[in-house]
Amino acid sequence: MSITFRRPKLTKQQRRALMIGLLFISPAIIGFFVFNIGPIVQSLQYSFTRYNILQPPRWVGLNNYKFLIESDRVFRIGISNTLYMVLIGLPIHLVFNMLMALLLNTKIRGLSIYRSIFYIPSITPVVASTIVWLWIFNGQFGILNEFLKFLGFPAVGWLTDPKWVKPSLIFMGAWFGGNTILIYLASLQDVPYDLLESAELDGANALQKTFRITLPMISPVIFYTIIVNVIGYFQYFTEAWVMTANRDGSAGGVANSAMFYSMYLYQTAFQQFKMGYASAQAWILFMIVLIATVILFKTAGWVYYHAED
Amino acid sequence: MTASIHWRENRIVQDRIKRAIAYTIVIIMAVAYIFPLYWLIVTALKTDLEIFQQPPPIFPPNPQWQNFGESTTYIPFWRYMWNTIVISGLTVLGTVLSCTFIAYGFARIRWPGRNIIFLIYLSTIMLPSQVTLIPLYLIFRDLGWVGTFLPLVVPHFFGNALYVFLLRQFLLTIPLELSDAAKIDGASELGILWHIMIPLMRPALAVVALFTFVQTYRDFLGPLIYLQNQQDWTISLGLKLFQNMYGAQWQLMMAASTLAMLPTIALFFFTQKTFVRGIALTGLKG
Repeated sequence: MSITFRRPKLTKQQRRALMIGLLFISPAIIGFFVFNIGPIVQSLQYSFTRYNILQPPRWVGLNNYKFLIESDRVFRIGISNTLYMVLIGLPIHLVFNMLMALLLNTKIRGLSIYRSIFYIPSITPVVASTIVWLWIFNGQFGILNEFLKFLGFPAVGWLTDPKWVKPSLIFMGAWFGGNTILIYLASLQDVPYDLLESAELDGANALQKTFRITLPMISPVIFYTIIVNVIGYFQYFTEAWVMTANRDGSAGGVANSAMFYSMYLYQTAFQQFKMGYASAQAWILFMIVLIATVILFKTAGWVYYHAED
Repeated sequence: MTASIHWRENRIVQDRIKRAIAYTIVIIMAVAYIFPLYWLIVTALKTDLEIFQQPPPIFPPNPQWQNFGESTTYIPFWRYMWNTIVISGLTVLGTVLSCTFIAYGFARIRWPGRNIIFLIYLSTIMLPSQVTLIPLYLIFRDLGWVGTFLPLVVPHFFGNALYVFLLRQFLLTIPLELSDAAKIDGASELGILWHIMIPLMRPALAVVALFTFVQTYRDFLGPLIYLQNQQDWTISLGLKLFQNMYGAQWQLMMAASTLAMLPTIALFFFTQKTFVRGIALTGLKG
C-alpha cells in the first residue's frame, strides 16, 4: 500500500493494473495475514503467557523460555534428537539419494520401471507404510532380526533399544526418499552431454567428471533439496510418532530416545493443553530454523549458477 | 594401429564391466525397495498363527484372501476412505482454484511492486508449520470448527506459495503478445485467464492437483489435531489409532494398509508422466 502513497505519479493505467493485480492475488494476501503473519504474532504473544484454554491466558513474561532452556529435560532431549536427525540422518539420506540418482543416470535399460519402484514408497500414506516397518523391526517376530539370526548375529531391539531407535528411523527414512532421487535424476539428465564428452577427451575419469562437472552443474538443485529438507527434518513427526506411539497416546520411545521436537510440542499443546508453553517451543523452533536457513544461504558459495539461469 | 585397437577393446570391456556393476546394484536396491511392500502384502495374507511363526514363511502356504474383506470391517475402512477422499478432493479444488488466480495476478498483470510482494509471499514456504499451529487451532476452536473438516480444507482456498511459484513460472513462459492481442479485442483479464491461459496451463495444473492430492491423502498431523470424532477420521488416523485401541491384529492391519496404499499407487501408474514432469519442475526451483 505504501507504494501508492509514495509514488502518486502512477498513471491511470498503472493504477488500474494495480487494482486488478491485487484483486487476483487477494486470496494470497488474505492467506498471508490470516494464516501466517497473524498466527506468528499471536504465538509470540502466547509464548509469554500461561494458557490452558479453560482460563484466559496469564502473562508470565519470559518464564516459559527460562524454564525450557534451564530446566526442561525432555525439551533438551527433543532438541538433541532432532539435531541428530538433521545433522546425521539428513546428510546420509541426501548422499544416498544422490548415489542412487547417479546410478540410475548411467543409461540403464528399464529406467521407468526402476524410477517407479524407488518413487512409490514416497507417495504411500506414511502411516500405512510405517505399520509394515513396525512389523519388520519387531524385536520378537520381525524379519530383520530373523535375517540377523540366520547370519548368526544376536537380535537387536530396533525400536526398543535407545541406542538403535534413531538409526532405525534413518534406515526407514531412506526408503521414503524416492522424491529426492527423482529430483536429482531429472537434474542429472539436464547436464549437457558435450561438456562431459570434452572433459573425457581431456582425459578426465568418471570420478573427476562427477566431482568437477556433474555435481557443480546441479549444485543449485542440491542446495534447494538441502534447504527444503533441513526445514522439513526440523519438523520430523509422523514416522517417529507412529513408530513409538503407545496405547495411552504417548510416544517418544524408551527413555525418550525417539522424542523429537515436534512430538514434544504436540504433546505439550494437544495432550497437556499448555498452549503458552508450547508456543514458546514453537518460537524457539522458528528461530532455530531461521538461523539454520541463514547459515545455509551465507555458506552457499559452493553453489554454481551458470549463465543461462 | 594395433595399440589403438587394443585400447578401444579394453575400453569396451571396461564399459561392460561398469555396466554390469551398475545393473547389479540397481537390481539389488530395487529388490530392497520392493521388499517392504512385498512383506506388507504377504503378511496381510497370513493366518493369525502364521504371523507369529518362526522363521516366518516367505510366502503364505494358504493365502487368506478374505483378510482384505475382513480388514474393511475390522476398522470402518470405507467410511475412513470416504472422509480421506472428501478432504483431499476439497483441498485439491481449493488449491488449484486459488493458486491459478494468484499466479495469474503475479505473472500476467503488470502492476507496480508485484515482484517484491511475490518474494515476500514466497518466503512463507520456509515457515515451519509449528509456529502457526497453536494460534490457528485456537482460532478454529473459537469458530467452532474443531471436529469438522473445515480447518483442514478452508486454508487451502487461500493459496499455497510453492504451487503459486510453479504456476507463475509456467505462465511467464507464455508470450505476452497472446494476452495483448486478446485485450485489443476487448477481452477482460478473467476472460483471458479462462479462455486462453487455463487451457494452456492444463499440464501444470495437473501437477499441482496430483501433488496436492497425494500430500493431503498422506497427511497425519492435521487430521490428528482437528478430527476428534471417530466417525470423521481419515484412513491414516484410523489405521494408527485402531491399532492403539484394540491391539494389533497384524494381518488385518497389513491388509487395511495395503488397501489404503492402492489409491495413490494407482494414481501414480495412470499419471506417471505428470508426476515425473512435476518432480523435475520442483527441482528446477534451485
